[in-house]
Amino acid sequence: MTVQIGVGETGKLMRRDVVQALLENRDGMLAIGGLGAPAWDITAAGDSPLNLPLWGGMGAAAVMGLGLALAQPERKVVVITGDGEMLMGVGSLATVAVQRPRNLSIVVLDNEHYGETGMQETHTKHGVDLVMMAKGAGIADSRLVRTAAEVLQLRADIHAGNGPIFAQVKIDETSQPLVLPPREASILQARMREAIMGPQAHLQ
Amino acid sequence: MQREQLESAPSAAADWPDQIYDLLKQHNVRQVGLVPDAGHSRLIKRCLADNDMKVVSLTTEEEGVGLAFGAWLGGEKSVLLMQSSGVGNIINMLSVAIAHRTPCPILVTMRGDFGEFNPFQVPMGNATQACLEAMGTLVKRADKPEDVAETVNATLRLAYNTYRPTATLLGQRLLGAKTFGR
Ligand SMILES: Cc1ncc(C[n+]2csc(CCOP(=O)(O)OP(=O)(O)O)c2C)c(N)n1
Ligand SMILES: [Mg+2]
Repeated sequence: MTVQIGVGETGKLMRRDVVQALLENRDGMLAIGGLGAPAWDITAAGDSPLNLPLWGGMGAAAVMGLGLALAQPERKVVVITGDGEMLMGVGSLATVAVQRPRNLSIVVLDNEHYGETGMQETHTKHGVDLVMMAKGAGIADSRLVRTAAEVLQLRADIHAGNGPIFAQVKIDETSQPLVLPPREASILQARMREAIMGPQAHLQ
Repeated sequence: MQREQLESAPSAAADWPDQIYDLLKQHNVRQVGLVPDAGHSRLIKRCLADNDMKVVSLTTEEEGVGLAFGAWLGGEKSVLLMQSSGVGNIINMLSVAIAHRTPCPILVTMRGDFGEFNPFQVPMGNATQACLEAMGTLVKRADKPEDVAETVNATLRLAYNTYRPTATLLGQRLLGAKTFGR
C-alpha cells in the first residue's frame, strides 16, 4: 500500500484516499462507480477498462454489480457509490442478498449529502442507518467504516472474496476536483467487455 | 392450496410460454430478471427449474435494466419479465441501456388492455407502448398464441444483434382476462 489514507477537517476519511486504497493493486477487480462524485473518484484512482464510471442510472449501481458478479463469478466486483445513489435503490440490497454473490462488494461513500447537486442533506445526515438496512436485507457482512485501519481491513476482505460485503464509509464532505472519465458510454461498456473477454467480446 | 387468482394467467393448454422458454435457451440467455406477473408464471417456473439460468427476483422492475447491463458487461445475455405496470417503473433507467448500447429485451404481459377489471391497471396499460417508444425502445406486439414465438424471437434478436432495449407486449387476449361477470 502506497496511499496514505487521510482525514479532512471534520476528522472523517478523505474519499479519494479511500477509493485509491481499495483500487490499488486490484488484481483484475472490476469497479462500478455510482454517478457523480464516486465516478470521478474511481477515475482519479486511475482510469482503466476495469472501471465503469456511471453518468446516470441513479439507484441501480448495486444491481449492476450483481449482474456483473453473477456473469463473472471468478472476478471480484466492487460497486463504489454515494449515499444518495444507494438510498434511491436501497431495495436492491435485498435483491443482492438473496443472490448471495461471493465476489460482490458494495461500498457507499457516505458524505451525508447529495454532493453533485449542491450539497443538499440526505437521509443519512438524519440518522438513517444504511448498515442496518443492509443487514436487515440479509447481507450479513455489513459494516460501518470510519478509520484508515477499517479501510485496510475492508480492502483485505473484498480481495478475499467472502462477499457479499456492504460497507458504509463515513467520508469528509469536502468536494474534490473533477476528474472526468470518458462520457461515451458505449465505449465504457465495450472496453470493460474487452478487458474481460478479449476481442471476442465484440463478436458475441 | 392456492385460491383462484384475481390476475389472469394463460390456460394450462397454452404452450406459448414453453415456446418462449425454448427461445431463451436457443439464445443462451443466462440471467432472467423479473417481477412476477400471473401471465408469466409458467415461464418463470420453467426458468427456475433450469440450472443454467440465474433467475433474479427484483424488488422493482427498474433493477432489471441495471441487472441486464451488468450481465452484458460480464458477457451474459439476459431477459427481463414484467407486467405492463412495471414499464412505468423502468422509464428513466432505459437510458442506461440506450447510452451504453446494452441488449435489453423485455417481455411484458399486458394489463389494462382487453377486458381489464382493475381500474389501476388501465392508465399504465394504455400508455405502455407509448412510454417504451418515447424512450427509444423497439416494441412488437403479439395478441394471438401463434404469433408469440415469432414476435418474441424478433425482440430477442433485435436486442442482442443491434444493442438496444426492445420489448414484446403480450396482449391480454392471450391471457384470458377475468371479468367476474362484468
Ligand atoms: C433519477 C435521478 N434523479 C436525480 C438525479 C440528480 N443527481 C445526480 S447526482 C445526485 C446526487 C448523488 O449523491 P450521492 O450519491 O450521495 O453522491 P455524492 O455526490 O454526494 O458523492 C443527484 C440527486 C439524477 N441524475 N437522476
Ligand atoms: Mg453523497
